[in-house]
Amino acid sequence: MTDAAMAAEGGLDTFPKLILRNARIRAGLPAMREKDFGIWQTWTWAEVLGEVEAAAIGLAEIGFQRGDTCAVVGANRPRLYWTIMAVQSLGGVPVPVYADAIAEELAYVLEHADVGFAMCEDQEQVDKVLSVAENLPGLRHIIYDEERGLADYDHSRLSSFVTIQQKGRDRLAADDSAAQAFLDSIAAGKGSDISIILYTSGTTGRSKGVMLSAERCIKAATDTVEFDRLTERDEVLAYLPLAWVGDHYLNYAQGIVAGFCMACPESSATAAHDLKEIGPSFYFAPPRVFENMLTQLTIRMQDAGALKRWMFDYFIGVARRYGEKILDGHSVPASGRLLYWLGHLFVYGPLKNVLGFSNIRVAYTAGEAIGPDLFSFYRSLGLNLKQLYGQTEAFLYVTAHPDGHVRADTVGPPSPNVDVKIAENGEVLFKTPGQFIGYFKNDEATKETIDAEGWVHTGDAGFFDTDNQLKIIDRAKDVGKLRDGTLFAPKYIENKLKFFPNIKEVVAFGDDRDFVCAFINIDLNAVGNWAEKNNLAYGSYQELAAHPDVNRIIEGHVDQTNQDLAREPAMAGAQIKRFLVLHKELDADDGELTRTQKVRRRFIAERYAPLIEAFYDGSSEKFVETEVTYEDGRRGKIAATVQIRDMETYPTRAAEATREAAE
Amino acid sequence: MNAFVRSDQAAPEDGIKAGEVMLRVENVSLAFGGVRAITDVSFDILKGEIRAIIGPNGAGKTSMLNVINGFYHPQEGEIWFRGVKRSNMKPHQIAHQGIARTFQNIALFKGMSTLDNIMTGRLTMMRRNMLWQALWTGPAEAEEIRHREFVERIIDFLEIQHIRKMPVGRLPYGLQKRVELGRALAAEPQLLLLDEPMAGMNLEEKEDMSRFILDVNSQFGTTIALIEHDMSVVMDLSDRVVVLDYGKKIGDGTPDEVCRDQTVIDAYLGVSHD
Repeated sequence: MTDAAMAAEGGLDTFPKLILRNARIRAGLPAMREKDFGIWQTWTWAEVLGEVEAAAIGLAEIGFQRGDTCAVVGANRPRLYWTIMAVQSLGGVPVPVYADAIAEELAYVLEHADVGFAMCEDQEQVDKVLSVAENLPGLRHIIYDEERGLADYDHSRLSSFVTIQQKGRDRLAADDSAAQAFLDSIAAGKGSDISIILYTSGTTGRSKGVMLSAERCIKAATDTVEFDRLTERDEVLAYLPLAWVGDHYLNYAQGIVAGFCMACPESSATAAHDLKEIGPSFYFAPPRVFENMLTQLTIRMQDAGALKRWMFDYFIGVARRYGEKILDGHSVPASGRLLYWLGHLFVYGPLKNVLGFSNIRVAYTAGEAIGPDLFSFYRSLGLNLKQLYGQTEAFLYVTAHPDGHVRADTVGPPSPNVDVKIAENGEVLFKTPGQFIGYFKNDEATKETIDAEGWVHTGDAGFFDTDNQLKIIDRAKDVGKLRDGTLFAPKYIENKLKFFPNIKEVVAFGDDRDFVCAFINIDLNAVGNWAEKNNLAYGSYQELAAHPDVNRIIEGHVDQTNQDLAREPAMAGAQIKRFLVLHKELDADDGELTRTQKVRRRFIAERYAPLIEAFYDGSSEKFVETEVTYEDGRRGKIAATVQIRDMETYPTRAAEATREAAE
Repeated sequence: MNAFVRSDQAAPEDGIKAGEVMLRVENVSLAFGGVRAITDVSFDILKGEIRAIIGPNGAGKTSMLNVINGFYHPQEGEIWFRGVKRSNMKPHQIAHQGIARTFQNIALFKGMSTLDNIMTGRLTMMRRNMLWQALWTGPAEAEEIRHREFVERIIDFLEIQHIRKMPVGRLPYGLQKRVELGRALAAEPQLLLLDEPMAGMNLEEKEDMSRFILDVNSQFGTTIALIEHDMSVVMDLSDRVVVLDYGKKIGDGTPDEVCRDQTVIDAYLGVSHD
């Protein structure tokens, strides 16, 4: 590396400058891998710099200028990451777009971001961009990675990534100053420049472009790299969507800051295989992924021989007793340690190897609530699984569990250098080092989100538990109050109940009411299974749901939930006083759930208004008739008399303590 | 990077240009005892085209395919392949000639992985003897690596990376069909015969398979002859169609021409033959 390159590194306040540094001090260390034709190919940091240099000079050749934006559409492929790096080197702004976005969504983002260039993974993405190109006057050139099927296209404004790089290499060979121009361009980048625009997924209205500056991105990533002690010896599998903040932060930003290696899976379908082969040391997955893994595992164990099943059950029992304590460094009797060591030898070790978890030092989950059983299952195997809470607007981390202080029901204390405050209405506010600059071309939304004092409003409601750990309870707009002023967070209560396998869906009511009530849907599989084992005959969902024994089981679950709630001072007032097991399954066909299986609270409240009335007028049963739509579109009616049950509520534990003191 | 680079063992190029006759069937008749499966059928297949053979059940389509790939020897008539009149050959000699096929009923090794199944398609090109291969060293190793690379390109092309190491018997039907196509491609055929490549597939699998057939044809210039029942697929895919009924040729031409032909319409709608 020349002196010129070292000079270009400057204050290390942009990603290209850090890549220059990595290419100098970690020249021979792996930076990226991709499985190609069945074999893992590796690029060192020096090689990555070479690829980026060629791409950047090639892009400049076809007219890319400082300030231009370039959409990046596709899966996690090295060339797509190199495009992001090359665009940043030229002082441009990359705009990654979700690969599965439909053409209209893509058109919206591309138009809103004024993209001049688009890097597409393959023919599918090129077709999508071309189909909306007429509405994109600013689009000057489309580049693609995978050549297949594109040979016959008009190439006047279309080039393969390879040709762009070739242009760059030709220029480098012909012109001695090209290399210096590339370094100058990196040196000209400032930390305050927009490093990337990440579009939010847009579950609520149009997606917004979150502008992140280079220095803030790097600062945030530096903090968490230190927090989890990540080094150049770590390795990740980059399988999260390229356009999601999780991938850009956990893999791209942390990878470049810490200098570790990022492996790209062969295809999304092979990610599980690739995980096993790579054996990453840092891993992130949403709770759903962990849940699927456990389901698969359980099914496969049921097919295993008797001896294996016995070993599995026995040692999982051992792990449940001692695993988490050992992981957190608590004291465990010597016999426990010995059993756990044997368990590791026979069960946990091989199991983790199959799942690709053998080398994991740090694993995170986030996005939704994770069941405590599920969470502790993985932890008991010795997997250092933790939770974090974050947002695109924060450049990810707001809170995260430090090693050794992990709980299933919290998302951890504020991350290093992050300030978190709870607003009066319960909304979580934060200031983070990685905080976004604003929404692209949407000052109004920016003003709504960042208040005058600089606090960013998350839209989530939460509170701090006794040990400074944050609990997220619901979306702030869904959180209400009982008539006596007690906080009522429906989703928090519903999630607690839904962790019971027998319960599929819950809808809690209580906003502006005297107490909390709940509709409960039983899980037909789980309860049906139980009924079969207990020789309980039933003809339909409705019949099973109305069975007194089933109601008794559910009553037990509600009681357990109330006891749990009583332990949390902030939530104790919102215990469930009355509940009923609904006579029909909530169904998207009837408009009761969204297509993504989320409860449509308001609609349900209207549809079942007589039942809610019955909750609060004290009746113990109610006859209802409900119209249903069958799958073939026919309509019918279900009539039933629904039983309503009263529940005992518990005093809060704090109150208990005072009472004891008084006696 | 993804273009297939023909390896040195490939069937020799013969100087036939696209659009020239690759295979000619002249007045072929085939009978099994007293049953006449094919009667006096003539047609040709041009290099680089997709040629469909259609007809009602029992029309002699599969028999025709078996004649083309040398499995059946017709009693009368001649087969000209790449300008050479073909004498009776054993099937493996045909394979060496550069003709590969897939079957109406999947014929894969169910217990072997996708990778190994496709690898079997390369067998005719393995030059080292069994001893070398068993020792798996020196030239045998180099040869296997070369073949493996080719097979990996096929896996990439057919997008079946995720089932590379799965036993074929555990795969769904549509994927098995794709693996079978992969094995046929592994032989680097000049002429690819597909016997009902889309039978029993759902719409999405059919669309996928159609795309792969078109890609094979356009990217590697492989000439393809296929039998298919789904008329919409035939009309979309093929350049020319030959129609058989009761062992006789009753139509030949572009899909449009064939569609308008009264004899063909009658054959499909079932006019009595007396």
